Amino acid sequence: MAASLKDATAIVGIGQTPFAKRLPESEKTLACRAVLAALDDAGIAPSEVDAFASYTMEETDEVEIAKAIGAGDVTFFSKVGYGGGGSCATVGHLAAAIASGQASVGVAWRSRKRGSGPRPWKNTAVQLPTPAQWTRPFGLLRPADEIAMLARRYMHEYGATRDHLFNVALACRNRANQNPAAIMYERPLTREMYMTSRWISEPLCLFDNCLETDGALACVIVSAERARDCRRTPVYVHSVAQGLPSQHHGMVNYWNDDPLSGPAWTAARHLWKSADFGPHDVDVAQIYDAFTPLIPLSLEGYGFCGRGEGGAFTEGGALEIGGRLPINTGGGGLSEAYVHGFNLINEGVKQLRGTSTAQVPDAATCLVTAGEGVPTSALLLRS
Amino acid sequence: MPQSETLLSPVVDEDGAPFWEYASRGELRIQACARPGCGELRFPPRPCCPHCQSFDSEWRRMSGRGRIWSYVVPHPPLLPAYAKLVPYNAILVELAEAPRIRLAGNLVSAPDAPLNSVPPERLRIGAKVQVVFADLDGVAVPRWVLERP
Ligand SMILES: [Zn+2]
Repeated sequence: MAASLKDATAIVGIGQTPFAKRLPESEKTLACRAVLAALDDAGIAPSEVDAFASYTMEETDEVEIAKAIGAGDVTFFSKVGYGGGGSCATVGHLAAAIASGQASVGVAWRSRKRGSGPRPWKNTAVQLPTPAQWTRPFGLLRPADEIAMLARRYMHEYGATRDHLFNVALACRNRANQNPAAIMYERPLTREMYMTSRWISEPLCLFDNCLETDGALACVIVSAERARDCRRTPVYVHSVAQGLPSQHHGMVNYWNDDPLSGPAWTAARHLWKSADFGPHDVDVAQIYDAFTPLIPLSLEGYGFCGRGEGGAFTEGGALEIGGRLPINTGGGGLSEAYVHGFNLINEGVKQLRGTSTAQVPDAATCLVTAGEGVPTSALLLRS
Repeated sequence: MPQSETLLSPVVDEDGAPFWEYASRGELRIQACARPGCGELRFPPRPCCPHCQSFDSEWRRMSGRGRIWSYVVPHPPLLPAYAKLVPYNAILVELAEAPRIRLAGNLVSAPDAPLNSVPPERLRIGAKVQVVFADLDGVAVPRWVLERP
């Protein structure tokens, strides 16, 4: 039996910059600020950091971070691909490195000026090569168009409605209204606003799409043993998984038997197999929400409901505080900040510390997911 | 007449090149395993067969018939050439011979008609369509017309 990652490591520090449509500082500076804030939260000196993990899309590399913050000798570093699908895997890679003795203090981070910087899909030089030859010339230009295609089919096949998608947008907005750090703090959403908003790619409207944000976040991971001596209550990494399903094609997952069962299903099978508890024992979830339809798809994939039941699951306030499964309690990518899902990791930690601005009473277990619809990853956290 | 100077043209790679070559002859062909006893269709094209790992492949002619599996109607912000056409449609067509292969394309009223030539309210999941080929700045690209307009 191989060594288990179960509860072998813990997140002991989290840090973030302000979130805004435009921040004056560079991505590199924001990254350093978030990393240092997370180390300060943990009470660990930067010179003790010997492992880094981030996304392949992260533009500040570990060399720059390490020398800027004054890290010591670094013995593990890793980058995970597929945009927001990599978020939870950054923590997973560090957990594996630390549990296997390759490093002792790991920092994961993401810094992004997506609010004031360019929209990636506008760069036709990078969007045209393979496999874009099969989609882009036909005007499927943006992630929103690619996911809207799956969303339309999902709604057709299972009877999911725009009201179900509104339930997702509303739950995230309501939590953001409780979170002073959220972009959408003090900006309530109504059904009227949702139903009359402009289209982005039918059947998705403005409020089905995440924010465009400048900001950075980081967290610190150490062994469970070390965590007991840290300043904060440890939040244990109970289970981690990545998921790349057989014959999956990324966000344009149009060429296999079942495009509507995506990477979440693959990650979930491994995640639950390695866990001491199941979906019904999850107190709160942070589910990647670049687009509202990813929530019903993820609810199905991670086993909170049956196939095709993800839309109906959102009814009756199920996603709100006090509901069956409170989600995205900081406001998520839809209403707190869109930083490729890293804010969902830190919000999971806050819930299990009992310090969220929308605290779920006595939350002891939290699922955090990365982007569904691309090769993904997920984390189960426990206090 | 070219539909636009600036709609994106396919940037063809080595694996995909035969698809576009056949398209220029007005043929819709999909890559298939050429190993006897296998013969599985695969899309997008790739070097070897995921079922039997054979590197031998052929390009099998399709009837060009299919059904709309899903569709979207994009709105701005978009690249300028596409923004001029809103609301246009982008559709996924499941091929009659290989329903799990769903080609992205556009429903148009005639082969060289623009991407917005069919009103969005005419789009239906399940509608039967037939491939046609349009000239996009010198490249033949598949488009789709309703079998019963
Ligand atoms: Zn074969």
